[in-house]
Amino acid sequence: MAGDALKVSGLKKSFGKNHVLREIDLTLSEGSVTVLMGANGAGKSTLVKVICGHHRADGGSVTLAGEAFTPVDAADAIDKGVVTVHQSIDDGVIPDLDVANNLMLDRLVEPGHGLFVRERHLRAEAAKVAAAMGIHVDLRARVSDMSVADRQMIAIARAMARAPRVLILDEPTSSLSAAEADRLFALIDRLRGQGVAVLYISHRMSDIRRIADRIVVMRDGAISGVFEGATLDYEAAVTAMLGHRMTDVDVTVQSGTEPILEVSNLSLFNRSQPIDLTVRDGEVVALVGLLGSGKSRLAEILFGLSQPRCGDIRLKGQLYAPRSVRDAIARGVFMSPKDRGSNAVVPSFDIANNMTIPFLGSFSTGSMLKTGRQRACAREMVDGLGIVCQSTGDDIGTLSGGNQQKVMIARWLLEPATVLLLDEPFQGVDIGARRDIGHQIRASAAGRATLVFLAEIDEALEIADRIVVMSEGAIVGEHINGQVDLTALVADFTGTAPATGVSP
Amino acid sequence: MSNRLLDFAIRYGFLILLVGLIVYFSLAAPGFFGPLSAAFVLQSVAITGILALGVTCTLVVGGFDLSIGAVATSALMLAAYSMVILEHPTVVAVGLCLGMGALVGLINGLLIVKFRVPDLLATLGMMFLLIGLQRIPTQGNSIATGMTLPGGTVAEGTFSAAFLWLGRHRFDVMIERLLPMPVVIFVAIAVLIWLFLGFTRHGRLMYAIGSNARAAGLVGTPVNRYKIAAYMISGVTASIGGILLAARLGRGDIASGNNLLLDSVAAALIGFAVLGAARPNAFGTAMGALFVGILLQGMTMMNAPYYTQDFVKGAVLVAALVFTFYLSSRRTGTGH
Repeated sequence: MAGDALKVSGLKKSFGKNHVLREIDLTLSEGSVTVLMGANGAGKSTLVKVICGHHRADGGSVTLAGEAFTPVDAADAIDKGVVTVHQSIDDGVIPDLDVANNLMLDRLVEPGHGLFVRERHLRAEAAKVAAAMGIHVDLRARVSDMSVADRQMIAIARAMARAPRVLILDEPTSSLSAAEADRLFALIDRLRGQGVAVLYISHRMSDIRRIADRIVVMRDGAISGVFEGATLDYEAAVTAMLGHRMTDVDVTVQSGTEPILEVSNLSLFNRSQPIDLTVRDGEVVALVGLLGSGKSRLAEILFGLSQPRCGDIRLKGQLYAPRSVRDAIARGVFMSPKDRGSNAVVPSFDIANNMTIPFLGSFSTGSMLKTGRQRACAREMVDGLGIVCQSTGDDIGTLSGGNQQKVMIARWLLEPATVLLLDEPFQGVDIGARRDIGHQIRASAAGRATLVFLAEIDEALEIADRIVVMSEGAIVGEHINGQVDLTALVADFTGTAPATGVSP
Repeated sequence: MSNRLLDFAIRYGFLILLVGLIVYFSLAAPGFFGPLSAAFVLQSVAITGILALGVTCTLVVGGFDLSIGAVATSALMLAAYSMVILEHPTVVAVGLCLGMGALVGLINGLLIVKFRVPDLLATLGMMFLLIGLQRIPTQGNSIATGMTLPGGTVAEGTFSAAFLWLGRHRFDVMIERLLPMPVVIFVAIAVLIWLFLGFTRHGRLMYAIGSNARAAGLVGTPVNRYKIAAYMISGVTASIGGILLAARLGRGDIASGNNLLLDSVAAALIGFAVLGAARPNAFGTAMGALFVGILLQGMTMMNAPYYTQDFVKGAVLVAALVFTFYLSSRRTGTGH
């Protein structure tokens, strides 16, 4: 076997009393892909941040090719040959420059580069880098005009232009479609062939099957399982990640009473199969699927953000065709959007104002706000959801991600909903907050139809009564929680089997 | 402990400085402390203050209005044109000016919301357009009774007494004929905008738009309508400023109001520092305007030459901005 590129031993890191990493041992070998799995809050991002020089370790050691490796910052780590491509791609590219300039940017900042840019030389060099990576794009195209996948490739190519020994990819497929992900995998195969040690963070089964040489699983800040060899046991890895079997869940399945939301013959995209879906009173339905599966589109249509091509939606039997968010809210259809940082949080507001903002009308007489009532209601929600804060007057920015998300969910629980849509409610949320949110959603489910849009199966199994799998704008499978055939569910999800329709 | 001190400094530093300034000038410049001098200071900041309150509303929704100065001078010229040349009654002249302000605000808003022109560029364009437009009807001349019109006739109209009353009337407070009408209007507008921004749900939603417009939209806020409304408020308050200026001057002076834009923007930005708000707010804007007014009045009474004024205003603005952005970023930085 090839030598060890990066060796982590006994690594410890705490934030205050919170021990995020407890004695992590991890070895990355040259020319091999190690997949790091772990639920949200398991400590994988912290581990990456220590390795790439963003945080200092409290104990333990990291060696790179046998030498001690203690980067002072991210730039130092890159210099020494450890390159990280972070989850948000736009950190890795400069959108207003063209591809060639993006690829060569690191050269431009090198000291002694000279004052003038030699345009032809730069383009020739860029073409070489692109060819070595197998990227076939117009080098003169502006990065802002390119697809997410192309930007991802460019970010990686830019990283590779430095010929690193270790490449860390943090959930690189989270914003890619299946076809785009295939291109990324081809690139990773090529890098593996060149002897680069790759640490790939993901728990998407399709990714892992395709590229992993080894799976390392983290739970609660420690390594809870290492799987390698010919049989990469995905199910065992997931069990190691969750601490229990994925299908052993603490959900008392409700089948719901009368139907509230009835979607019929609704066509999401131009050429996609129309979908039919009924969600009943008191039922929590999870819609799972990869990016581009159409679940976001469905959420948008239900919330009045875009209009369907054809088909109709009924709410309690009455036709429902919202033209705007205001229409949707007026009919009792509420949505907590994904990516709370850009879509939900109002950073300059305190907790009480962030929570009550959709319903300020009911917190005021005429136009004047009743601050006391705002605070009292927010206080109740804070207690009910276990939001950790000093008072409802705290700035939202002082809360942890999980607590912020609780505030965002609480927003839509203040008034009774007919249909509650939750798009990726567990994004950037630690495991404890995730349990609290899930519990609250299930406890308050009576009287409305609840739809949860998720990209992870394990999260769906934690919260849903029924799991509906979407792919390419169509519904490809439906599973009742508590009697799930995991293999069939995963097959529906990744599209590895032909669409089987409804399983028992 | 030092954290608490920093907190205190951020919250009250500016107001303490304001009080300190008043105490200093009262001791150093005889005659500074008294109702007459106070009325003078207020009179000098009333019109910029009114414009600054309007621009505060656009700052709240995350925008900016560079056209306010030009709207004010356009209102000034329009009032003069309407009364002196067209011989309209007061009500019509005032109505025309307010309508013009609202229309300009509406166009600004539509340019920004519908045509997606960045706010600075849209209102800069509007500023140039208005500066040019206000000169076309009179071929670049100021308007006064008795002037010769292009056709050879003489302008017969005059500013009505009722109109001049808006700019020149003084109420009896403590001393006879002390408090000028524009100051009363300034205070009234300040209170209205303070209530509107701080205590109504509309104001709260406008702050939400300024902080995260996407999030505001996704909770059902009609973001575009609120943005347009903010520019219309700004246009209307600027036209009120112009009306008061016309009524004070009693003529359509083409050269007046040059400094209005920069002075009022400065007042609104200084307002960020008041009470550690670190965001646009009506109380801060009013205090900012007052601060500049007191400083200039005090310096004038201490015989500082007029040409140092802009330098001092600039220094105050820079200091206030450092206060706001550097200190409050350190506070949130240590809060984690």
